[in-house]
Amino acid sequence: MSNQEKEPMFSAKNLKLLTDPFGNNNPITVQVLGICSALAVTVKLKPAIVMALSVTIVTAVSNVVIAAMRKYIPDRIRIIVQLVIIATMVILVDQFLKAFVFDVSKQLSVFVGLIITNCIIMGRLEAFAMANKPWPSFIDGLGNGAGYGLILIVVSFFRELLGSGTILGFPVLEKLGVYSVGYENNGMVILPPMALIFIGLIIWIQRSRNKSLVEHK
Amino acid sequence: MKQFSNRYIFIFSSVMVIAVAALLSLAATLLQPAQEKNLEIEKKKSMLESIGVPATRNNTEELYDKYIKESFVLNSKGEPVEGVNAFTVVLKNEQKKPLDQQYLPVFRATPDDGEKVIILPVEGKGLWGPIWGYVSLRSDMNTIYGVTFDHKGETPGLGAEINTTPFEGMFRGDQLFDNQKFVSVKVKKGGADPADIHGVDAVSGGTITSKGLEKMLSDCLIKYNDYLLKNRN
Repeated sequence: MSNQEKEPMFSAKNLKLLTDPFGNNNPITVQVLGICSALAVTVKLKPAIVMALSVTIVTAVSNVVIAAMRKYIPDRIRIIVQLVIIATMVILVDQFLKAFVFDVSKQLSVFVGLIITNCIIMGRLEAFAMANKPWPSFIDGLGNGAGYGLILIVVSFFRELLGSGTILGFPVLEKLGVYSVGYENNGMVILPPMALIFIGLIIWIQRSRNKSLVEHK
Repeated sequence: MKQFSNRYIFIFSSVMVIAVAALLSLAATLLQPAQEKNLEIEKKKSMLESIGVPATRNNTEELYDKYIKESFVLNSKGEPVEGVNAFTVVLKNEQKKPLDQQYLPVFRATPDDGEKVIILPVEGKGLWGPIWGYVSLRSDMNTIYGVTFDHKGETPGLGAEINTTPFEGMFRGDQLFDNQKFVSVKVKKGGADPADIHGVDAVSGGTITSKGLEKMLSDCLIKYNDYLLKNRN
């Protein structure tokens, strides 16, 4: 791939890198990576959005860094180098969150640090950035981060709406007046297992629409 | 893949580590003032919550200056210690010192109902990490006016419930002393009798956090024993 010198910035191949993770190669629903954080930070929409952005930034930037130095990374210590780059990015993101969006950083607590262990990022570095140029790697990182973020945002939208009756903290259900007719928030949706059920539903819908994703034994 | 010599690998790793360290130190130094400001606002906000004043990040400073007028530091005998700023005392560091050298911060506040309350900081251990909070006492130095708790990383939905209003609300009106004896407030698994002025319900599924909270209250507040007894009316 690296010998094609003159490729337009948004060639069909590059666009595919960006859009694939939203659909048939979604990191969460197809590759089943990053589940842990997807369960933990999807109670409310706002932390989920920040988490999605953070992971996208970390994946994209570390992809670029690794791709730029891929020819100089000794093969024997490449995993260590990848981890150092990821950890550096995550600490930077964490420091920025603490300085500028303190409330969100408090809600995300340990999960920002745990981005380091998010398999999606390391997976992209090892599978893509180590063998590709910085620009496609950047797009690949953006696509995968955003594909992960999309699932987080969809799940957290429903969990916040059904569990707390709000969207981004705005009491939608109260304004609609559903409580006066006997509706109650479903407290169970706030608990982590329900996130798994939502993700399961998304996987189910996706596979029923795209049979090629179904594994046959 | 090209083979690299060991020498190259050593040099590569060293350069990488030094570059990364420089970058991170730079970021930490540049962002530190903003982060410290956030922590300070957070602390003031918690104190305001313990006297029932809801504050947002924007008006915290203003409300703090309005309600919390005075602060001082005591030693374990209840005598004032001069020349120490109560706000900057870090409880965790104090707890490592011998008891007679510890600084015990006290904040005086006057909420809207005119009650003269004192706010005492507490800090202890939950299940996964530190838990802390503020306990405000009425002018009888015995009845709890309000509490607020927070935690670093207790389990959401279980131990993390300690910083929710329903849990914190149970402390209101409870008492620390049985006549002249310090008994603190206990968390009761399975639910406390509402008439029990020394007990609150434990958090279901959060037994270790609840027990940690009980220990934190009793360990931290008993240090104020002499001061509270002296000033009870």
